Amino acid sequence: MIPPRFTAVADHALLVEFARALDDAAHEAVLRLDAALATVPCPGLREWVPAFVNLLVDFDPAVTDHAQVEAHVTGLLDQAGAPGASPVTHEVGVCYEEPFGRDLAAVADKTGLSEEAVIAAHLAGDYRVYLYGFAPGYAYMAGVPPELRLDRKTAPVRGIAAGSVIVAGPQCLITTLTMPTGWWILGRSPVKVLTGDEDRPFLFGVGDRVRFRRLSLAEFEAENGASHG
Amino acid sequence: MAEAVFRVVQAGPLVSVQDGGRPGMMRFGVPASGGMDRKALALANLAVGQPEGAPVIEVSLGGLTLECLSGRVSIAVTGGAFVVEAGGRRAASWQVVTIKAGETFTIRRGHWGAWAYLAFAGALQAPRWLGSAATLASSNLGGGVLKAGQEWVVAEANLLPPRDLPRPVSARPRRRLHVVMGPQAHCFAPEALEAFAAGPWFLTPQGDRMGVRLKGPVLALGDALSIPSEPIVRGSVQVAGDGVPVVLLADHQTTGGYPKIATVLDDDLDSFTQLRPGDGVSFAPIGAAEAAALGRFRAERWADYKARMRDRMRGSPG
Repeated sequence: MIPPRFTAVADHALLVEFARALDDAAHEAVLRLDAALATVPCPGLREWVPAFVNLLVDFDPAVTDHAQVEAHVTGLLDQAGAPGASPVTHEVGVCYEEPFGRDLAAVADKTGLSEEAVIAAHLAGDYRVYLYGFAPGYAYMAGVPPELRLDRKTAPVRGIAAGSVIVAGPQCLITTLTMPTGWWILGRSPVKVLTGDEDRPFLFGVGDRVRFRRLSLAEFEAENGASHG
Repeated sequence: MAEAVFRVVQAGPLVSVQDGGRPGMMRFGVPASGGMDRKALALANLAVGQPEGAPVIEVSLGGLTLECLSGRVSIAVTGGAFVVEAGGRRAASWQVVTIKAGETFTIRRGHWGAWAYLAFAGALQAPRWLGSAATLASSNLGGGVLKAGQEWVVAEANLLPPRDLPRPVSARPRRRLHVVMGPQAHCFAPEALEAFAAGPWFLTPQGDRMGVRLKGPVLALGDALSIPSEPIVRGSVQVAGDGVPVVLLADHQTTGGYPKIATVLDDDLDSFTQLRPGDGVSFAPIGAAEAAALGRFRAERWADYKARMRDRMRGSPG
């Protein structure tokens, strides 16, 4: 077990850091603490937010304080073999055809791969949801194969449609809103991460795995129509 | 039940439906949203007998004009000192008045304050997302941003006697904010931490529901220009590579990779949002234990204040 560093955040939150740089063992520790808090919450716990190497615990200052929350978290970490959440594997369709794969040619150019090899490399990736961040439903997945890892564009491109499958470095995500992005746009998915289902409004859990499956334009249209039906 | 219908004649930018917000969703990338000045929003609702987190219209400095197409309903306006004109009658914020069919109702900027809250003595019919009508401005999810020509319905519309509302002292703009330093104070040189506490700081016009950029001394970052993306709270003071701090507010992004030099105590944020561009602000660093004690004291005081408002509402005639 990595001993965490605790830092007070204003009067109502505590940051639990397992590392200060990207680190797989630290992320595993985040996932274990995430699951442990769900099983054994403490009084005054309002919400907690898992990220790459740290987890933020937000609490009601009228009920508890930093020291009590830190003691609770320390107790959870001391319990050996705390059960982790059971990750789900999702199969997600993605269409790389025109007009969706708008950066395929540029990515091929930058990586020295053919466009088909770019698609094959993206499909071969083993993706895992590390955290949601930035905006609603933006599930940050890591697992882009090394040959496909590119720095962000020098300037963001505006008006990129929801459902775009975008990559930067080891990360991949499916956008949920029309927004600017400096990531590389490989295709479009008919899958809705914001499901519209009140009982399960977000498709992925943190820690879940994702495999991409290639769709033709016709298959995309069929699945897209179905998910809007 | 009676119903009142309003048409939007004019709405400035960032005029939107807000309510008590949708806390608890940050792990899915969703900030709580809700009122920029949550206390003024709650007091507007309590003044017209509604639950404190019911949907209201949040009015920016751009102002709002509504025309009542049918029915009648009492309303309350709280927040900054805005000018209110109701059916040709000159009024002000922190009042309850009644609007009826054929009358026009305007809220526009007054001598101080940046946000006003318009609550109805009835149920504002607004789209909900994840159980809340709060608008996440960047996405327009929730009740939505108001646009000229739209019609809004208030169901179960009630009438209340006109009256002035008590305005708590704590509702005035707050220029001195308590902060706990960090969580990334270690990313800054000692001189930057001193400069942050010394100021002077001013609000810039670059502000919206996500946050507001400040103007002041440059806060030089150490070698750690970016950190692995980590959770952000309302009140995080984030410093980007240009050394300029941004105070993150109701619609903040939920994670970020820039270091946070300090975090503002939650209770200071409502009144902070009533400052305008050009206004000065300063930061008072305190320890975590002191912050927790202050937070608890203020939470109790605020709960007492709301309880008194509810009692007064029950005791009021009509």
